[in-house]
Amino acid sequence: MRLLAAMSGGVDSAVAAALAVDAGHDVTGVHLALSPDRQTLRSGARGCCSVEDAHDARRVADELGIPFYVWDLADRFREDVVDDFVAEYAAGRTPNPCLRCNEKIKFSAVLDRALGLGFDAVVTGHHARLEGGELRRSVDAGKDQSYVLGVLTGEQLAGAMFPLGSMTKDRVREIAAERGFAVAAKPDSHDICFIPDGDTRGFLNRRLGSLPGPVVDAATGEQVGEHGGTYGFTVGQRRGLGIAVGDQRPRYVLAIEPVSRTVTVGTADLAAVPGVRTGPPSWTGPVPPLPFTAEVQVRAHAAPVACRVSAGDDGGLLIEFAEEQRGVAPGQSAVLYEPDAVRGDRVLGQSAVRTACATEEPLSR
Amino acid sequence: MTYLDHAATTPVLPEVLAAMTEQLGRVGNASSLHASGRAARRAAEQSRERFAEALGARPSEVLFTGGGTESDNLAVKGLFWARRQAEAGRRRIVVSPAEHHAVLDSVEWLAKHDGAEITWLRVEPSGRVRPQALAEALGDGSDVALASVMWANNEIGTVSDIPALAAVAHEVGVPLHTDAVQAVGQVPVDFAASGVDALTMTGHKLGGPMGAGALLLRRDAECTPLLHGGGQERDVRSGTLDVAAIVGLAVATVTAVGSREDRADRLSELRGRLVAGVVERVSDAQLNGAPLDDRLASGPGRLPGNAHLSFPGAEGDALLMLLDARGIECSTGSACNAGIARPSHVLLATGADADRARSSLRFSLGHTSTDADVDAVLDVIAPVVERARRAGMGRR
Repeated sequence: MRLLAAMSGGVDSAVAAALAVDAGHDVTGVHLALSPDRQTLRSGARGCCSVEDAHDARRVADELGIPFYVWDLADRFREDVVDDFVAEYAAGRTPNPCLRCNEKIKFSAVLDRALGLGFDAVVTGHHARLEGGELRRSVDAGKDQSYVLGVLTGEQLAGAMFPLGSMTKDRVREIAAERGFAVAAKPDSHDICFIPDGDTRGFLNRRLGSLPGPVVDAATGEQVGEHGGTYGFTVGQRRGLGIAVGDQRPRYVLAIEPVSRTVTVGTADLAAVPGVRTGPPSWTGPVPPLPFTAEVQVRAHAAPVACRVSAGDDGGLLIEFAEEQRGVAPGQSAVLYEPDAVRGDRVLGQSAVRTACATEEPLSR
Repeated sequence: MTYLDHAATTPVLPEVLAAMTEQLGRVGNASSLHASGRAARRAAEQSRERFAEALGARPSEVLFTGGGTESDNLAVKGLFWARRQAEAGRRRIVVSPAEHHAVLDSVEWLAKHDGAEITWLRVEPSGRVRPQALAEALGDGSDVALASVMWANNEIGTVSDIPALAAVAHEVGVPLHTDAVQAVGQVPVDFAASGVDALTMTGHKLGGPMGAGALLLRRDAECTPLLHGGGQERDVRSGTLDVAAIVGLAVATVTAVGSREDRADRLSELRGRLVAGVVERVSDAQLNGAPLDDRLASGPGRLPGNAHLSFPGAEGDALLMLLDARGIECSTGSACNAGIARPSHVLLATGADADRARSSLRFSLGHTSTDADVDAVLDVIAPVVERARRAGMGRR
């Protein structure tokens, strides 16, 4: 096959490209330049598109003897990922930019262009299994990235290849070291690539300005603190609330109301919700008949929980948890899995959380 | 492999390889006083004399450097500093926006860090700077440190009438620097006859080694050094002479200048067939730069080996990638240090819109180019452009 390997400059995509070459495919590497104002050098382990990262990717491509190009997708990335990220926070929701980038950039803009140029698929270093059109968790549970791929449709998955899903991250590093890749020991990237200093609140503050408002305790209705902008909070958040309450029980963010700029906090019992209503879903394969039972993951790195999925409002879903969950934030994707201990849990699809079902809301069983 | 990127670099001439290999086998610092040093110095100075003669310069006007970028930096910064030192009011630099980045970034660095003021020259749609435009920009010249206009443009191949521009600059007492990296060996270049005060050239564009070039600098031109040290090269460019590179540079220059006319005729014909063939196959392809048969008083108005074309609706980097996959090597013009293709600043300077600037490709022919190379492009260009158009721009 003619494959386009998206090479970030990290160890995963380097090994993914190498495995694609080993498998006898005709591979071309591309580095996606996503930041409009690129830093010359990496700072720490954050971010993934400095000039130095482009150089690292190019070095690997040259060692593999494959063509290598840099594609400038900064405009698309800004519109579809960064601006969306800011708008979501401004609306009181919690976006997942990696998921958005996979949906709109890697497996849309890049895949479309690749197919147009005559490639058969895009290869990435994501840790997820993709076989026979079925997307499953990586064998490395700690590095599994199926959650941020859960938004892909069957059509998008048909143009994707994830060679790393059946191996652990340790094995990936071993392969890189065996091949003498300079990136073998490069630290994993984490956090959000377009916020290299890791200060999301500071980034949003520069974009949205100071929008102070009250922090209110749900039980008493009393103001227990002030904040500089609702965008600094996520439903389920416990730390950094900057509040003073009489008792010593921890408080969690329960709700964010951007118009009145109110952040509502409450105790753990109030933070747990029995289910969520979501927006219209996307499916990785055939649309499953509703209702059905499955497992759901409500944010990256959350533990999956058993659930019942049925039709909700406006084409959305109603997802009822087998046990109440904390930290279910509007804007996050609820990714649905069909458990499979042998072949890996299969991703069915996802849907963005709109609202939590209130505790007293009668659930349709 | 079809190599049509000679303006980026061109294969080393066999006689250069032989001369350099011989020299690399010898010991001797050209600044040393013993026999080995004297032998090295003799080789370097013989080369300087032959090199100077090929370019219409005196040996003492030749400063060997590490290449075109260094020569441009030395000329722009060195002339600026020396002129401002002599007269504090001379802070203005008059420059074309279609220059190579070695000139542009030097000028912009001086503006940002050292009080220079930039006057951008008006550029014709062909990319040429007219004497009239230079005269207008210079005014009475009393506040101008220097002017810089390239002899031939590296992207679109357009030649400016440098002798006429030098005359205009001298009328108001302003020195003219010209970046002749692409011009030497392609069009007639005579340093003395041109009247310019400083001229940049480099070796690897005409069959010499990389990392070897020269600044031709009139003896009466004051130029502040960038590199201080042993005082080589008239105290303007210190550093142990790279004798093998100088020998190679001289052999390449003498050879390329000596064979220039025959090669220019041959390349011009090949290039004409390439452009006609492409336009025949892709009817809306647009030639950028001066017309192919353009003439100036001083010689051809366009580099004989340059074909620069825009393919509306196709993105340059997609075209380049598709051609590369078919064994054809060309260029989109400029890329930033991360390798991102940028809309050509040269085309933008000529007044082209960003889409035309993004959709362009440069084919540059050189001494090893053949009919087969032209055929290879013509065989694939139509489907490649078609495919690139379908792939879209990656933008909305």
